[in-house]
Formats: sequence, structure tokens, C-alpha cells
Amino acid sequence: MKELLEQLEKDCTQPLEQLALILKRSKEEVAAQIKELEEKKIIVKYQPIINWEKAGEDRVTAIIDVRITPQREVGFDAIAESIYRFPEVVNLYLMSGAYDLSVMVEGRTLKEVARFVATKLSTIDGVISTTTHFMLKPYKYAGVIINDREEDHRLVVSP
Amino acid sequence: MNWEDRLSPTVKAVPPSGIRRFFDIAAEMKGVISLGVGEPDFITPWHIRESCVHGLHKGYTSYTSNYGLLELREEIARTIYNNYQVSYDPRTEALVTVGVSEALDLAIRALLSPGDEVLIPEPCYVSYKACVTLAGGTPVAVPTSMEHEFRVTVEQLEKLVTPRTKVLLIGYPNNPTGAIMPHKELSEIAQFAKKHDLIVISDEIYADLTYQGTHTCFASLPDMRDRTILLNGFSKAYAMTGWRIGYALSNPDFIGAMNKIHQYTMLCAPITAQLGAIEALRHGKEKMENMVAEYNCRRQLMLGGLHQMGLKCFEPKGAFYIFPSIKETGLTSLQFAEELLKAEKVAVVPGDAFGESGEGYIRCSYASSISNLSQALERIEKFIKSRQ
Repeated sequence: MKELLEQLEKDCTQPLEQLALILKRSKEEVAAQIKELEEKKIIVKYQPIINWEKAGEDRVTAIIDVRITPQREVGFDAIAESIYRFPEVVNLYLMSGAYDLSVMVEGRTLKEVARFVATKLSTIDGVISTTTHFMLKPYKYAGVIINDREEDHRLVVSP
Repeated sequence: MNWEDRLSPTVKAVPPSGIRRFFDIAAEMKGVISLGVGEPDFITPWHIRESCVHGLHKGYTSYTSNYGLLELREEIARTIYNNYQVSYDPRTEALVTVGVSEALDLAIRALLSPGDEVLIPEPCYVSYKACVTLAGGTPVAVPTSMEHEFRVTVEQLEKLVTPRTKVLLIGYPNNPTGAIMPHKELSEIAQFAKKHDLIVISDEIYADLTYQGTHTCFASLPDMRDRTILLNGFSKAYAMTGWRIGYALSNPDFIGAMNKIHQYTMLCAPITAQLGAIEALRHGKEKMENMVAEYNCRRQLMLGGLHQMGLKCFEPKGAFYIFPSIKETGLTSLQFAEELLKAEKVAVVPGDAFGESGEGYIRCSYASSISNLSQALERIEKFIKSRQ
């Protein structure tokens, strides 16, 4: 199972035939296993990594450090949920250190993101403070270098 | 003026590399998927490149000892001991060279007198025979076959050994076949070497790329350490081909003699490459193992794909080559490779470039991305179907 997951993580667009050859199993077995992994939500979602800048789309991303008051019984989880339910929030992590939650928010304009922080995020009960950092340029995302300049310089044929 | 007449007859006697001619055709074409490349498609891991850059910042731009940086020789000796439990004194029994290619040339030149014979199992790396000829020796090809998984046997060696035989030159895991030599069969070869008092040059550049079982280092076999010149390097396992860095390990007499030639011809291996090599041995194991796992995936993809289209092919267990038979197509290796290139733009290397016993086969390198390999397999299948 680990091998299959690693292959899918590397490239989930690989055809079943290819996965079957690599994993030395039948196509049907691989398909069944993928289905099982999807049902169990071990595979959560398949998603491409897009260079939006290259696609000519303007997007604004902000990373917001949020300090909150944990609540009895549920700790941080209830406030976290009231934050991650907003579609503007693309990533949310509970952190150790100077603040509690790291929230990544995406919008079309700076104004839109600022409005979200001011009117939605900071007004949630239990949020003590927010510090907003606007992202200027992505270099690497999910282990992938966005503008990789490394090329294959090898000769076509060599001994 | 015919300048060719002025050339040394020895050099003239060496035929140009069979790969060269094919390269000229392939290099002209556009949209070629190449399975003809004898080097990793990975770029050297970043931490190794970074250590070299750091070295340059710190001003490491000088010559080193002829033998190479002692720090590197110590790391080499440590690695070989950890992997195979063979010990070498880094001060007198290790020589850092400009790739295994230089080490091979030095070993052959240090050992051979004119007319000495060298037994070389074939198919084999293209420079083995040429190096022997250039050193005034006589290469004696020992053909191996797919039926015997391209392993050399004592029986074949016994047929070809003569009183003039001085050296046995082996390279396993093998380029171009991907064959390995299991411990038992290699032990028999060791006994044969002892019986005939042969020196063994063992080119183990692909040792880390072994996918089934473990690699047996020839020098680790009983009584073989001093009789063996062990060659290895960084090109394949650490994806460092262009750095040109390798090494030889043997008894102090052999290493001393090789160093004598090395100091007058090469002086030392580039210091920047030596710094990279130290970093590779100290911290490169995990990255290397990741690359090996990736090659193994591709190996299975290629093996499955070639079998599916009906090409006879033995399972390669090392290196990054697969060596299917194309005899049933009725074409020679060169015809097959040329026609495949013209019709489907896939470059492979004709098997006869690696010796006569490679005729009837093609070498496909799987040092290429999975998507390239899948596409190449489709094209090869189309080519074969079009000929049926």
C-alpha cells in the first residue's frame, strides 16, 4: 500500500497499466486498492499544482498568525472549525510557539483579503489577535519548485 | 600530405566507438526520446553541489596530493569497509582518479606488457577492449549469453585462458546487460583467478544499483583483496557523471604504480569534484537510496512493457539498462536501432557496440522519466507491430 501511495503522490495521473507494471500487480488489484484508499479517505483529494501567475491570473495570498483563547472541552478545535469553514481559508494549521493558528487566505485583491481579516476572522469569539503577512512570490509549493530552471543537459546517446 | 600515415599504428588499430556513429544520427533529429543515455537523468543532489560551491567560496582551487585528498580517501576506505568488510589503508592503498575511466586505463597500463592477454566477458563497457589495445595488450573476449543471464562462467574462461593471460577484467553489475554475478558464481571466478595466478580488475561502478540480492565486492572474496584492483566512483549512484571522479583500491604496489602514471599524466583529480565526493559519501546515502528505488520502479515498467510486446528479455538485476533480444525481428542490432530511430524517433544503442556477443540485442537505458519510458515503450511496440 505504501508503494502505491508513494507512486500516486509522485504522479496521480499515471495510467493504471503503468502502476500495475511498476507495482507488479494486476490492473484490477491496483484499481480496487485505489478505490479502497479513496473510500477510507486515506487519499483525500487529487489536485494539480498550478502556476497562477503564469496563467495570467492575479491572486493574493496572506498568511495570518492568529492567537486564540482555547475553550473548555474542545480546546482549539471549535475555533479552528469556525475559521476553516470559510471558503477563503485554504490552509489552516495549529502551531506551537508565539501564536496558535496559522491561517492561509486567498483572494482576488488585497482589499478582499484585508476585508476578510477585519470583518470575519478577527471578529470570531475567542480570537485575541491577528498578524497578517502578504505573500509576495511563491518559490516552492508542496515539494515542487515553481519555476525550476534545471534542465536535462545530457547527450542523446552516451556509452 | 596524408597526416593519417603519421599516426601511431596502435591508435589506428582501435576502431572508433560504435556509439559515436549512432550518436551523430540521433543528435540531428528533433523529438527523439532517448533510451540511449548511459548516465542518470537525475541532477547531482543539491547538498553535494552546494558543498562544492562552498568549497570554491572558501578558496579550494589548488592541486591536491596525487593520491587525492586524504579526507576523501579515508571516506572511501570507510565506505568500502562498511559495505563489504574489506579494509584498505587510505594512505597507500587508495587512489582518487578522474572517473573510473582513468582508473581503468591506469590499472591496465600499470599491469600489461606487450602481448599480455586480458580476458574480458562480453558484452561489456565500450572502453575495456580499447584500453587494453592502447596499452599494447591483447583483449580476449569471453562471450556471455542471455540463456545464462549474461554471467561469465569458469567453463568459458578455462577455454580461453593461455599462459599469456595476465588479467581478468570484469564489470558487474554490467553495462549494457544489467547482469549481476551472484556470490557463489563470483567465488568460482575467484578460484579460477587464483588457479591461473591472474590479476582481476573489477569495475564495480554500478554496485549500488543492485535491485535483487546484495552486491558482492570481488575483493571481499577469500584471497582476492591483494589480487584485485577494485574500481568504483560516484558517477552512477550519486548522479555525478560530469564531475569525473572515481577511485581505485588495491595493494600498495599496484596503487603506487598506478599513481606513478597518474602523477605524470593527470597530476590529480579536480579538487572541486573531490569535495563533492566527500559530501556524497558522508551524507548522500538517503538521496542515493531514493534514486535506486526510482530506478527499480522504472526497471519493472520496462521489463513488463518489453515482455508485453513479445520481446525476449532477461530480467536485469543491476545498473540501469535492459537488454532485450531483437533477433526475431530479423534485423541486425544496428538496423533495428536505425530503423526505430527513423520510424518512431526512439534512440537505443545497438548491442554490438558492446562487443560481438551483443549482436541481436539493443541496450535500452531506463535512466529517464516514467512518462518518457511509457511513451518510448508505446513507440517501440508500434514499430514492432508495423514489421509483423
